[in-house]
Amino acid sequence: MKNITNSFEYFSPKTLEEALKLVSQFDKEGKDFKVVAGGQSINLVMKQGVIAPEAVISIKGLSDMDYVKFDEKAGLKIGALATHRAIERSSVVEKKFGVLAEMEHNLSSVETRNWGTVAGNICHGDPGGDVAPVLIVLNANVKMAGVKGERTVPAEDFTLDFYETALAHDELVTEIQIPTVPPNTGVAYTKFSQVVGDFALASVAVAITLDSKKDICSDVRIGLGSVAATPLRAKKAEEILRGKKITDDLLAKAAQAAMDESDPTDSVDASGEYKRELVGVFVKRVGKEALERAKKA
Amino acid sequence: MKQELKFKVNGEERELWIDPKTLLVEVLREELGLTGTHWSCDTGACCCCTVNVDGMAVKSCSMLAMQAYGREVTTIEGLADGPTLHPLQQAFIDNWAFQCGFCTSGQIMAANALLNENPSPTREQIQLQLDGHICRCTGYNMIQEAIQDAAKRLQKSKV
Repeated sequence: MKNITNSFEYFSPKTLEEALKLVSQFDKEGKDFKVVAGGQSINLVMKQGVIAPEAVISIKGLSDMDYVKFDEKAGLKIGALATHRAIERSSVVEKKFGVLAEMEHNLSSVETRNWGTVAGNICHGDPGGDVAPVLIVLNANVKMAGVKGERTVPAEDFTLDFYETALAHDELVTEIQIPTVPPNTGVAYTKFSQVVGDFALASVAVAITLDSKKDICSDVRIGLGSVAATPLRAKKAEEILRGKKITDDLLAKAAQAAMDESDPTDSVDASGEYKRELVGVFVKRVGKEALERAKKA
Repeated sequence: MKQELKFKVNGEERELWIDPKTLLVEVLREELGLTGTHWSCDTGACCCCTVNVDGMAVKSCSMLAMQAYGREVTTIEGLADGPTLHPLQQAFIDNWAFQCGFCTSGQIMAANALLNENPSPTREQIQLQLDGHICRCTGYNMIQEAIQDAAKRLQKSKV
């Protein structure tokens, strides 16, 4: 079946307020509804019949929220309707958050990046999504709004389980906020997939901050994708590196810890065991790259 | 319940009533009879159904048609100027860039979006633009050569 089989009511609010009123109203009525931005993930799930909402609210038209802004103090702000392509091509992202652009280059195809949004990607809550591990190591926050007000949660706490997020039914994500990368920091990312642009079998992002002498690792964040029910922060692996001088031996120990922290499932592409091995390989490889970048930063 | 969709297709204003669950590719092929846009993998993985929406390459199988409201869609049928093929179409023929032709309209529409913003792309830029497109016949080299050839033809025609 190639088309979407269940019919739904379709709404395309023109303002955020209008959209929030709709989600709040539908939530109170107990209506089964879905909010769609680019729909690059959700349309596929509807085609497969996994979800069959009674109503779809398309927020693609909220062009006020289609922005990518940066200033040194506030950091990077990605509006809810900013597409992957906008991030990929933003000169400020390239210059200040190069790892985000690197991640986007390999996220699906140009066609998907042209229409799909960064916020939509994380709202889908797919543990294999490319965006989340990078947001986690960049210490990003996700801003959400409801009729009652706004709140913000760290990106690492946003996904709760397979396809479940911290976003309440009557809320919308309005912005992703990424603080300016601290000095002496290097960030790197890799995803391993069978075909270019496909979902990751495993993905690893690492951010390393060195002290002023560029010797000791003063802070580190490691994000893993596709190897657990949610994108994961490998905190035990981070502990091994924090406050130490990073060597190959130490990275190997951190890699082992990250493998232990991950909990991949078998899939048609690869066994869980194989994915766990990938985590080990990439924590070492990406960690080394992040370290090199931190030294040059 | 059907809802009204107003948009521009290949330069022509269109107004029709559709079930909002309808994908853009279904409207193009089944409502408007524009069967040049092909529909293949069902999972957004092959890019066969690529069209241009407001100049951007987008997969018409992965987009609700209602989201095209007020926008401008260009399909493969919108490229030729009467009986004269678009330089991309002619270059695909001259460079033997297709055999069965099933992926061709998607490849050409992705290339069209690329050439509109970058009139002389490098080989690498072409590869990056087309890396989601799957072709089982020609092995991709001739497709890339055709796009480079078309870029030259388009630039010549503008001089």
